[in-house]
Amino acid sequence: MEGAQKAASDEVVRENNGGSNGDEKFLHPTPMLDELEKGPWPSFISGFKELAERTENPMLRGVMDQLEYSYNTKMGYWKGGLVTVDGYGAGVITRYSMIKDKFPEATEFHTMRIQPAPGLHYNTEMLRGLCDTWEKYGSGIITLHGQTGDIMLQGIVQDKVQACFDELNKDGWDLGGAGAGVRTAVSCIGPGRCENACYDNLEAHLQIIKHFIGPLHRPEWNYKIKFKFSACPNDCTNAIMRSDLAVIGTWKDSIQIEPEEVKAWIAEKGMDALVNQVLNLCPTHAISLKDGEMVIDSQDCVRCMHCLNAMPKALSPGKERGISLLMGGKNTLKVGVNMGSLIIPFMKMETDEDREEFIELVEEIIDWWDDNGLDHERIGETIERVGLKQFIEGVGLDVDINMVTRPRDNPYFKAKY
Amino acid sequence: MSSPETKWKTIESGPHSYEEALHPVVRKNYGKWKYHEIPKPGVLKHVALSGDAIYTVRAGTPRQDTVDMVRRLCDIADKYCDGYLRFTVRNNVEFLTPNEAHIEPMIAELEAMGFPVGGTGSCVSAVSHTQGWLHCDIPATDASGVVKSMMDTVYNEFKDMKMPNKVRLSTSCCSINCGGQADIAVVVKHTRPPRINHENLSTICELPKAVARCPVAAIRPTVINGKKTLMVDEEKCICCGACFGACPAMEINHPEHSKFAVWVGGKNSNARTKPSTMSIVAHNLPNNPPRWPEVTDVLGRILTAYKAGGRPWERVGEWINRIGWKRFFEETGLKFDDDMIDSYRHARTTFNQSAHVRF
Repeated sequence: MEGAQKAASDEVVRENNGGSNGDEKFLHPTPMLDELEKGPWPSFISGFKELAERTENPMLRGVMDQLEYSYNTKMGYWKGGLVTVDGYGAGVITRYSMIKDKFPEATEFHTMRIQPAPGLHYNTEMLRGLCDTWEKYGSGIITLHGQTGDIMLQGIVQDKVQACFDELNKDGWDLGGAGAGVRTAVSCIGPGRCENACYDNLEAHLQIIKHFIGPLHRPEWNYKIKFKFSACPNDCTNAIMRSDLAVIGTWKDSIQIEPEEVKAWIAEKGMDALVNQVLNLCPTHAISLKDGEMVIDSQDCVRCMHCLNAMPKALSPGKERGISLLMGGKNTLKVGVNMGSLIIPFMKMETDEDREEFIELVEEIIDWWDDNGLDHERIGETIERVGLKQFIEGVGLDVDINMVTRPRDNPYFKAKY
Repeated sequence: MSSPETKWKTIESGPHSYEEALHPVVRKNYGKWKYHEIPKPGVLKHVALSGDAIYTVRAGTPRQDTVDMVRRLCDIADKYCDGYLRFTVRNNVEFLTPNEAHIEPMIAELEAMGFPVGGTGSCVSAVSHTQGWLHCDIPATDASGVVKSMMDTVYNEFKDMKMPNKVRLSTSCCSINCGGQADIAVVVKHTRPPRINHENLSTICELPKAVARCPVAAIRPTVINGKKTLMVDEEKCICCGACFGACPAMEINHPEHSKFAVWVGGKNSNARTKPSTMSIVAHNLPNNPPRWPEVTDVLGRILTAYKAGGRPWERVGEWINRIGWKRFFEETGLKFDDDMIDSYRHARTTFNQSAHVRF
């Protein structure tokens, strides 16, 4: 990119980063990794070095040595195993070095997955407490956050896992999911800051995952199943592709328009911008101008969010709010990437009763998958293999035209009549 | 493994509670927000129906953090934000304060610590990525190193807001693609079938599980030197690496034959067009640590062409849909080849079933 090369070559000096200063005694030389201390973006290698030099934790030195070795050989050297805490069957990702003879200090480097608060909100007391416990028992390396949504405390030996977990658990932290069960969930910021939040996704996340906490800690199904909670169809958690159960906020009635703010928007940005950047980009041509006023035909609106994103002061979601449930999102392996598809067009999600009704529905869905799925088959793959119609019948859902983009284009089915 | 001296009985509490983690102004106006503005790159202003405003300063992090770094972030939050902070799903840290006067000193302090303030609006976002050689058990490459190399080259584009729309990036260290669908994604592509370690296969693998894992039924049981093992029909094998996850003796990773591919046009948001999956636009790029220059070169070509040609609000995939793939390849200087024609399930849905032609 323009200017990027200049930026990349700029020498960035950071007060608090360890860097290479020639005085290092604890760490062994890592010339390949040191290349990643150059450039303006914050360097994870500088962070690791600073931590290792301060704590002189041999595990960090061993892991740096093994990582440097990987950079030279272009191969990875960790293998899995089985480490967990009392009563749980998942949550610790076990890593043993395959080349521990070469790097004995890297023999064990297990990760503890920890569930953050919905929306990834913290106060500093929570976070400092987490850091203190982690430094006491583990390496001090933290990933904020893993792709499934966990805090990942990386680098602990088996003997310290239980004591570390007990201390974290006293402070309100619990392990995240792993294996063939419910996984840790993710929420966007939702009502915590966003004017487009159509439901309280943080509360839904908390209550729903608490309900499924048994199968999260003790996986027993065909494969993993993930929830993600996005509070509007902008889907900032990427729920549609990254989760089996994508709970996406929406509304049923009309977009709310503030005519004065529409006028102010046009006065600031101009009529060309209104036509080119709002009206023309509406996917269903639901917006028109009538005597200079903006009119939205809500029967044509598909709730895509574009006009709300473009005109945040003038437009807001309707008042009858709830969720759509999409199911089956997953990435490439093995049958190809699958976007979640619409299963429940609209459900209220305001009260405890609404959330309980949702939980009951999900239990039906999981029971169906448990009965019909194959080993290592995500629910979207099961639905594709068995048939959406069979899934709808099996769970007892009402068929809805919103579940498909169009009726079938071939005549090959066994009619009931 | 239980330690006899501890009497603590586990509370299966699930996600940490969130209420005490919300800034008081957020708690007061929870669910009652009116609109937001982006006063400058890296800064958001959210206004509540009550008239209260809360400012957010957003900064990039390495994601692969340490307790020292997190404590420094906490120092900033204590000094300027009454002790509250949060993270985004793309690994940025956010500091929320009702006090407008705290914004500039906070930015100055974050920048001095090496955390770039940005990541808002029409910028190139931080990378959604995986673990790689640092911690994964099946990676063909590193993750954080590729990401660091990429973000160094798009550092300015992260900090300003001059792209047509936001650009989401992701990377993945194997074909499982934990990094996800993105506007531009860098994903490992294996180019050879797995080499089979017959010596230890039967001791470390459940044979039926490995056979069942193959999406094209290319794996069969066999016997070699009197030992039960597996064989791969190399004609059928599509080099996906699925078997390696079930059976580490199916050695798919290779220093030369595990390459990189670049994909474009993924989108999760429903805004304007429906969510879309990515298409491959470059492959056979070498796995070249520690800086992966071939990969960052392709990233730069795509971003430069998109920045020059994209219209306001067009995501990368929408831009390509308008100008067509022919012009995309011309303007990026990348080359379309026959391996980019889909040959897997649903391949025909990618054929041009029309007389629409671009010259």
